[in-house]
Amino acid sequence: MAFEPRIVAFFCNWCTYTGADLAGVSRLKSPANIRIIRTMCSGRVDPSFIMKAFELGADGVLIGGCHPGDCHYAEGNYKALRRVHLLKKMMRSFGIDEKRLRLEWISASEGDVYQHVATEFTQTIRSLGPLNWKQHVDQKSSSEQAVVV
Amino acid sequence: MVTVKIDEIEVQVQEDTPILKAAEKAGIWIPTMCHSELFEPYGVCRLCSVEVIRGKRSRIVTACNYPVREGLTIQTNSAKIQWIRKIIMELMLSRWPNVKVVKETAEKLGIKESRFPSLERDEAEDACILCGRCVNVCREVVQAEILAFAYRGIKREVVLPFGEQSDKCIVCGACALVCPTGHIKMVIEDYKGKKPEFTLGPKTSIYVPTMQGIPRVPVIDAESCIHFKTGGCETCAKVCEPHAINYDMKEEVVEIDAGQILLTTGYDIFDGSKMAQFGYGMLDNVYSSLEFELMLNSTGPTGGKVQLKNGKAPRAVGILHCIGSRDHEHHPYCSRVCCMYALKFAHLVHDRTEAAIYQFYIDMRAFGKGYEEFYSRLLDEGITMIRGKAAEVVESTWSKNGDGSLLIRCEDTLIGKFREVPVDMVILCNAMEPQKDVDAIRRVFSISKSPDGFFLERHPKLDPTSTMSDGIYIAGCAQGPKDIPDTVAQASSAAAHILSYISKGEVEIDPVRAWIDEKYCSGCRICNSLCPYTAIDFIEDKKISIVNDVLCKGCGTCVAACPASAITGKGFSDAQILAELEGLLEI
Amino acid sequence: MAKPKLALYWAASCGGCDVAVLDIEVKILDVAAFFDIVFWPCATDFKYKDVEAMPDKSITLCLFNGSIRNSENEKLAKLLRAKSVVLVAFGSCAQEGCIPALANLTTKEAIFKTVYLDTPSTHNPDKIFPQPVTKVKEGDLEIPVFWEKVKSLDQVVDVDYYIPGCPPQSTQVAAVIEAVIDILKNGKPLPPKGTILGAGDKTCCDECPRTRKEKKVKQFYRLHEILINPDECLLDQGIVCMGPATRSGCGALCVKANVPCRGCYGAPPNVHDQGLKMLSAISSVIDAQEPDEIDKIINTIADPTGTFYRFSMAHSTLKIADL
Repeated sequence: MAFEPRIVAFFCNWCTYTGADLAGVSRLKSPANIRIIRTMCSGRVDPSFIMKAFELGADGVLIGGCHPGDCHYAEGNYKALRRVHLLKKMMRSFGIDEKRLRLEWISASEGDVYQHVATEFTQTIRSLGPLNWKQHVDQKSSSEQAVVV
Repeated sequence: MVTVKIDEIEVQVQEDTPILKAAEKAGIWIPTMCHSELFEPYGVCRLCSVEVIRGKRSRIVTACNYPVREGLTIQTNSAKIQWIRKIIMELMLSRWPNVKVVKETAEKLGIKESRFPSLERDEAEDACILCGRCVNVCREVVQAEILAFAYRGIKREVVLPFGEQSDKCIVCGACALVCPTGHIKMVIEDYKGKKPEFTLGPKTSIYVPTMQGIPRVPVIDAESCIHFKTGGCETCAKVCEPHAINYDMKEEVVEIDAGQILLTTGYDIFDGSKMAQFGYGMLDNVYSSLEFELMLNSTGPTGGKVQLKNGKAPRAVGILHCIGSRDHEHHPYCSRVCCMYALKFAHLVHDRTEAAIYQFYIDMRAFGKGYEEFYSRLLDEGITMIRGKAAEVVESTWSKNGDGSLLIRCEDTLIGKFREVPVDMVILCNAMEPQKDVDAIRRVFSISKSPDGFFLERHPKLDPTSTMSDGIYIAGCAQGPKDIPDTVAQASSAAAHILSYISKGEVEIDPVRAWIDEKYCSGCRICNSLCPYTAIDFIEDKKISIVNDVLCKGCGTCVAACPASAITGKGFSDAQILAELEGLLEI
Repeated sequence: MAKPKLALYWAASCGGCDVAVLDIEVKILDVAAFFDIVFWPCATDFKYKDVEAMPDKSITLCLFNGSIRNSENEKLAKLLRAKSVVLVAFGSCAQEGCIPALANLTTKEAIFKTVYLDTPSTHNPDKIFPQPVTKVKEGDLEIPVFWEKVKSLDQVVDVDYYIPGCPPQSTQVAAVIEAVIDILKNGKPLPPKGTILGAGDKTCCDECPRTRKEKKVKQFYRLHEILINPDECLLDQGIVCMGPATRSGCGALCVKANVPCRGCYGAPPNVHDQGLKMLSAISSVIDAQEPDEIDKIINTIADPTGTFYRFSMAHSTLKIADL
């Protein structure tokens, strides 16, 4: 069976979540790989959630916020931007391809942009292949376990 | 009140009223020359002389400034008065034989010609008759005190200071307005000012901007108003009976506490000059829809007359649809209202002129109630409908006589041919577009815009007047192009939404708030600077931060940032989001 | 009545924890008087076989320090778990991996290459690496197997309590031991399993005497790059201080010495991942909005991963790297 990426998306309530909704209302076809979690603001997205998603088996994480200057909460999106920048740097040292994390500004009216980003990101993750973090961890632990006994 | 008898007619007037006014009330005409309602009676031309009889004595006085008293008897046409008037008029006639107002007044008084020669005879039709009206208006009304008399006797004349143009002159034109002979003229020497917003804009400093507007009150254009330049004039205040004119009003910022806000900031029209092919702003007689609407307005600058710049009636009018709309270079959307107002224009032009009317359209969209019927009626009226968007408007080269004939080029897609239609007036149906400051406005209210740039509604079908921000509503063209019935419907919907909250008396707010657990907060103050609403306060003595529940909007930025996880985002707690994550990734 | 039995073990760690036990000064005499010390390789001579010979659950209290780096560490962890009633992860290494666990950012091969080939003081022309089993004529020689990754104690065996710190503060150690003696003497109930002993519920900031302001950081500094104001919050001055994301208990020792907190007391009570929380907090207070400017400021943080996860790598959400 072909690899179908599992992508977790954190979308802000005001822009991207509505934008994704608009894509649906407008019958714009977008990949079903994206599993969306709604937060009030992209600034609510704790890097812990992103890493937890990878740990739990996500192959990619997409964060959607309002365009700079458009944030419903003034500048929550900038905080998301800064966290993502630093987290990407950390991901590199963990050996995770930073392309697996993407931050996009998608406004409530940009259903087409959502469609484009979702499709493109799914394609990116598909070409990167599965991350399979959990299996890797379990596998390594068990292989070592065997040596001990 | 006093009673006076003027030419055997008894009339009751306020004491001290000038005789001229009292006579007016009695319906008796007294000739005047230097008099004007605008300033205090001057009494120099003596033409209004009347005979005042008190007992056996009689006196000759000037009617314009002589106040009446109880029991006065006034003769305005006695032999003595007739003799005086004759002398005055003949003297004037001898000096200014061709001035219209002099000739007319003389004729009215039955005086044909002058018996006197004049040393200063002036044959000009617009000669200065030294009535002094300009001097008085400049001094008393405008308070610029530029014009004045100089020299004496037959050398007397009206002059500018030192005979030169003065900086103090505000070019108000009041002198030209009151000049009875046309001796003073307003000449536009070099028009370097910016182009007025509408070439058909208001012509006075005090005007009613929109006759159908509510409230229908006039406004003063401070830039052109004499009062705001010299502190004088105040003519409008003098004539306004309810004393409604207040020059002290200032632009001010008023803060209003409001629980709900309805945004009806409307639209802008597409600037036709962006499409140079239609010649807007370059060719005469190419109008935008709004300019033409103003021209059609019976209270507008032409009084509703459809006319060319040269004042003549047009012979052929072209109405060009979809200027800037349904156009991928500009606005891809349809402005919705243009087809119908284009038909209205056609109807009114047909009604008011003999002109042939051509409509250049892509598709006719007569979608509303009664609209299709109106379209059919227009077809019956003989409007020429050409299916094909106009390609360009050019000056027709064969029109050498300078009558400004234009040529509309287009492809008539119904007959499959290119056509050139000669017209002398072009009306562009400009697209409706979002207000220029739409981004600034929506950021103030934290609402979004749709791809077309208009404000975004909460749901295009189910909730078209609410926005994603609670308590902020939109209606009318701020939300998207629409006609009056749709605007009214939407505004009513928004008003109903608002009233429903008001009648309920309370609003529910989302329980999404941040909350700091004192037990775990150590007061590192990382959250303090993050809050866009300054809802987080640092308590110095306890060395912890707390969240102000009322100010907090629940964005959760501080929750994500709290390094001690002492902040909980109610409704979006870490545990809730992690549980969502686990659920999402279970399969 | 027989004395309660006490065991102490030193797995993959620097030994500081054992020293910290001795640092409780005269109280060590109470320990010696109250407990029967049955196993403490650092201080007394016991053999593993002595421990193996003990009946299960015969050791009342075992203070286990050090992370699980190799097969020997793991074997002893399992052994002591079996023999002990209460097993305490003593110190940061046992609790959450500590400095040894930073090795998880690289691979076993890379570590071997560095240690046995690349270091300037190494002369190893035959490229000989340690082998778990070496055959010699007397028989097989065995050395512990070097694991791929470093683990905390609780990733190998069930742990009852934790005492954080690198090393745990001796005052805290003394307090814990006193409490243990009190519990054993007077038959008091034990705290719930998993309790972190000898530490507070707040963060290092709670104990930090420096004055703090609202934070907006334009540039981060390493210690040698700036003259530190001793009265002002280090983070306010642009020094990466782990204090805000570190459990209290040490008495803010480092910051009082004008050195930023390094985070050895581990994550505060509600935090699952100390490194990520610190990352989130630090990036939030960066004072920039343009991506380029943000990157510029971020680049002034030396080794963010190593800094934020200096002590908690084994407990990081992404436990094992290298994929």
